[in-house]
Amino acid sequence: MLQFILRRLIFSIPVLIGILIVTFLLTRLIPGDPCRAMYGERATKELCDAFLAREGLDQPIWSQFSLYAGRVLSGDFGESIRFQRPVSNILAERLPTTVELTLAAITFAVVLGIPLGIISAYRRNSPLDFGTMLFANVGVSMPVFWLGLMLAYIFAVALGDTPFALPPSGRLPAGLTPTPFYVEWGWAESEQAASGLLIFFGRLYGLNAMLTGDPNLFFQSLRHLLLPAIAVGTIPMAIIARMTRSSVLETLGQDYVRTARAKGVRELFVVMNHAVRNALLPVVTIIGLNFGLLISGAVLTETIFSLSGIGRTLVEGITARDYTLVQGFTLFIAIAFVVINMLTDVLYGYLDPRIRQGS
Amino acid sequence: MATTNTVAKLKVDPAAARREGSSLWADALRNILRSTNARIGLFLIGCLVLIALLAPVLAPYPPNTSMLSIDGYTGTGRLPGKPPCIHLFGCPTDQPQHLMGLDLNARDNFSRVLYGARISLFIGLSSVTLAISIGTLLGLISGYFGGWVDTVIMRFMDVLLAFPSLLLAIAIATFLGRGLDKALLAIAIVSIPAYARLARASVLSVRENDYITAERALGAGDWRILFGHIFPNSITPLIVQGTLSIGTAVLDAAALSFLGVGSQPPDAEWGFMLSEARNSVFAQPYLVFYPGLAIMLTVLAFNLLGDGMRDALDPKLNRF
Repeated sequence: MLQFILRRLIFSIPVLIGILIVTFLLTRLIPGDPCRAMYGERATKELCDAFLAREGLDQPIWSQFSLYAGRVLSGDFGESIRFQRPVSNILAERLPTTVELTLAAITFAVVLGIPLGIISAYRRNSPLDFGTMLFANVGVSMPVFWLGLMLAYIFAVALGDTPFALPPSGRLPAGLTPTPFYVEWGWAESEQAASGLLIFFGRLYGLNAMLTGDPNLFFQSLRHLLLPAIAVGTIPMAIIARMTRSSVLETLGQDYVRTARAKGVRELFVVMNHAVRNALLPVVTIIGLNFGLLISGAVLTETIFSLSGIGRTLVEGITARDYTLVQGFTLFIAIAFVVINMLTDVLYGYLDPRIRQGS
Repeated sequence: MATTNTVAKLKVDPAAARREGSSLWADALRNILRSTNARIGLFLIGCLVLIALLAPVLAPYPPNTSMLSIDGYTGTGRLPGKPPCIHLFGCPTDQPQHLMGLDLNARDNFSRVLYGARISLFIGLSSVTLAISIGTLLGLISGYFGGWVDTVIMRFMDVLLAFPSLLLAIAIATFLGRGLDKALLAIAIVSIPAYARLARASVLSVRENDYITAERALGAGDWRILFGHIFPNSITPLIVQGTLSIGTAVLDAAALSFLGVGSQPPDAEWGFMLSEARNSVFAQPYLVFYPGLAIMLTVLAFNLLGDGMRDALDPKLNRF
């Protein structure tokens, strides 16, 4: 297993170098003078000279790349033109919102998608199967931003006076400011005095509420998270449901399932312990691969629900033509994507020994 | 007598002969039409193509013209964002009919949605065509020549695949500059690796066949073998993937326009229409509902057709 993990790690290195090259080349796509494109009307001669020197644009392209790679490897993603702050700091601040949203979305997708797929496969060609697959087909065809807007309208306006009403924006109600768990536990006096990792976990409001034992905070953060999580999680849920159905159908036709039935094993046990257990292996890969969809969904959904995550910040960067920010965020997300794909492979290898032996 | 009998035996049913002699494509079409999914998809696509072609005839108003600037327009009240007015559903007959209401610039939303089909179909078909052309060429070269050419091309494809596709498209479109053409190019670039991989895999499975060896023995050149024999035999999975990708391309184009890096004003593009109306969703939900529904139906149509084609033409591919 260790050898498998090491091999997978080594295979990721060229891809990571490739990602660095692509994100480096992105800035070379800017038409015209890059300094003028970046700073617009603020581009004075002094500012442009400093910019050229910092980016090494007056040097050969390979030295520009080595300068860029060196900076990135030391954790410096450049300075945002719009925010006038290091991109890495902005990233650290905004990441918890996106992590919370993607975790909630994948939970929604898995909790609904897998049972739907199993039921659909077991009741093949029934109206239930037809309905589930129709729902899955419609689900994968829906623009995530449209679904988000429609959910916001339905739950905030159409059902506004009912107990089903849900807030359409923000992470918490106005006026509710959570006390970070590390402050409550006396680990730090305030957020400013805490370390980066503590700040990160403290800003995961659901986790923070559980750690501080604040049910109201937990309930409120969950209520605010529901709509964006449904919007982001619907497409992955549809894909997971389709994959689970196909996979369970395949295992239900296997000899060992027939043998188990012939031996008189209870039907529920046959389905859950023989068919579903083996069918879920490829579903693990699909869940991992859906990370890209979740991040893309978060980029589009955070703007709609006014969530200050990396998606909304990226959109603000696009609008303001903050190229450094867009480049830094793209690089970070791509690296995260590679790492998650690698973890998925490792998990798949752990669950299915044939994979690690085969590779 | 014996001769007559032989001739009689040789007489064949012309209809059966036609069936037996039918072409590969006719068989493929027959297989596709057997699939319910494909039939629904084809029907929806047919409707979309008709709407796109006949938009100037079907649309009651020009898509980019405000009702405020139309001479003799009889509508009253506040026009920007006006709700749908359908005479059949009780809207006063002295008011002009607007099936999907007026947008925030007092333009007829129904006309804009109809014209939007043109842009979406154009961007979906052209970005996929561009991606198929480049991706297939790269995949064919990579698979046929192998060696360092294969390594360089495929490792670059791996790197492109390492990005979430929509995110890379957003980044490329942002750096290229705003506009539908840049969005189209960005969507095509991120789709190339899928075709390159498919084409390469097909080449690898086809190039060792006896007929390729025979062709080589007859002295045929690399390019003749590649485009005369290998390419035609690798085309099926590319067509299936291409059809499925049109839906994704339409979705991605709408997302880019929604973020402001795709279509620009006053284009009647569905994603851009959603972007314009998103802040007024609580007051005028119809401005958001119809363009979104149009995107969904278009994507659904191509997905259904793609699924049906995959089942009919390439049952070896994963079915999920």
